[in-house]
Amino acid sequence: MTVPQDLRYSKEHEWVRLDGDTATIGITHFAQEQLGDVVFVELPEKGATVRQFASLGVVESVKAASDIYSPVSGEVVERNVKVIEKPELVNSAPYGDGWLLRVRLADKGELQKLLSPEDYRSHIGETPGSGGD
Amino acid sequence: MSLEALHRTPLFEQHRALGAKMVPFAGWEMPIQYSGIVAEHRAVRGAAGLFDLSHMGEFYFSGAGAGAALDRLVSSDIAGLEVGQARYGLLCNERGTIVDDVIVYRIAPQHYMMVVNASNIAKDAAHVRAHLSPDVRFADGSMATALIAIQGPKAADILGRLAPAVRDLPSFGITRTEIAGVGATVARTGYTGEDGFEIFLPNADAARVWGALLETGRPDGILPVGLGARDTLRLESRFSLYGNEIDETTDPIEAGLTWTCKLDKDFLGREAIARAKDAGPRRRIAGLVVDGGVARHGHPVTHDGAEVGRVTSGTFGPTVGKNIALAYVPADLAKVGTRVGVRIRERDVPATVVKTPFYRRPDR
Repeated sequence: MTVPQDLRYSKEHEWVRLDGDTATIGITHFAQEQLGDVVFVELPEKGATVRQFASLGVVESVKAASDIYSPVSGEVVERNVKVIEKPELVNSAPYGDGWLLRVRLADKGELQKLLSPEDYRSHIGETPGSGGD
Repeated sequence: MSLEALHRTPLFEQHRALGAKMVPFAGWEMPIQYSGIVAEHRAVRGAAGLFDLSHMGEFYFSGAGAGAALDRLVSSDIAGLEVGQARYGLLCNERGTIVDDVIVYRIAPQHYMMVVNASNIAKDAAHVRAHLSPDVRFADGSMATALIAIQGPKAADILGRLAPAVRDLPSFGITRTEIAGVGATVARTGYTGEDGFEIFLPNADAARVWGALLETGRPDGILPVGLGARDTLRLESRFSLYGNEIDETTDPIEAGLTWTCKLDKDFLGREAIARAKDAGPRRRIAGLVVDGGVARHGHPVTHDGAEVGRVTSGTFGPTVGKNIALAYVPADLAKVGTRVGVRIRERDVPATVVKTPFYRRPDR
């Protein structure tokens, strides 16, 4: 599944999974495919504050560095240590072990500014029902 | 540059069918990757990779004076080349800085080929023409010549099945042979740090040889390889890239290419290079291992917080498993073991000067 149904998306190709007032953040399958092999991930420490649509860190592929923009505002409650040690998880499991941050949401209303799976699919030019890749 | 202006190699349709990501490079639309840079890199180190390098330039020189003329143009010992041998060297200007790095192949007693970087074809042609005597015929065959490289520990096996003669070709040797019924010039040269071959042939024959090599090499794990992995492979092996480590503002001494300069012969730039050698370089190319970030071309190198140099190339090296870089640093900081910083996103990330090449193939 390249665009899971249970997530919200940003136009900058990040995803959010909501669990109570905690949001798990990662980058999409489409994003990791565009980046190529990810070799380095730089993330804010626990306790840091991230702001919606502001840079939260950097993912570097073999070829280039790319900013990651936070899809929500809030306080970082956990960063994925496993993905810092094994950046290739971003490629192999972008919606699973390759997640980046968990953030305590500052404002649930911000979720309204994110895309539904359907809207994200059309944003990346995937027609509905075309399925996986 | 607009896409319309880009040249396409004779293998463009093959790249598209293989799902390559195409990018503009030196005026050409070239594959940067197919299956992924790391997978392609590993294929070359462990089995074999196939490269379309048709964008590169091929110059041909002939006539009684060709050898002597090239010996004056190129920094290395071209006069000493036997027929069937090739040598790496530099084109330099009177100031002793680097116009291009090239390989010169002696393909017949009075017939030479020079392979130049795609980005420098027009400049090099003008440079060469300005310094040739009338008894040397010069032709730029770049647009008519395709170049396919097969590189990796299985390269000799795979190409040898189609062209047995190449098995006995020594390193930096060149010969005429037939591959899949097509006449080609094959050299045992490359830019990856592995054993391998570069195959020169007319554009019209490129697709046939490309297809035959992919097919023959399939059981061995051959992969088509794009410019992305070509760069990580050459960087692990510490090969200079024109425009990064070397250009017309760098001299061979500071670039670590003194070994390519035969200073006891007469060649363009020799006096200036000899003077630079006697004076000793103020800066040098150093190999860095960066701990906590990927250094990139243009990043500042720091020492005690002060900017002292600049990264020329940097990447993650898939085989060495580290973030590696080449950088110009003051000569006294180029010693192995020196701790420096690389300024990545406004932070000085620790780096250590290490011995190069970062990678050396096991049988060497």
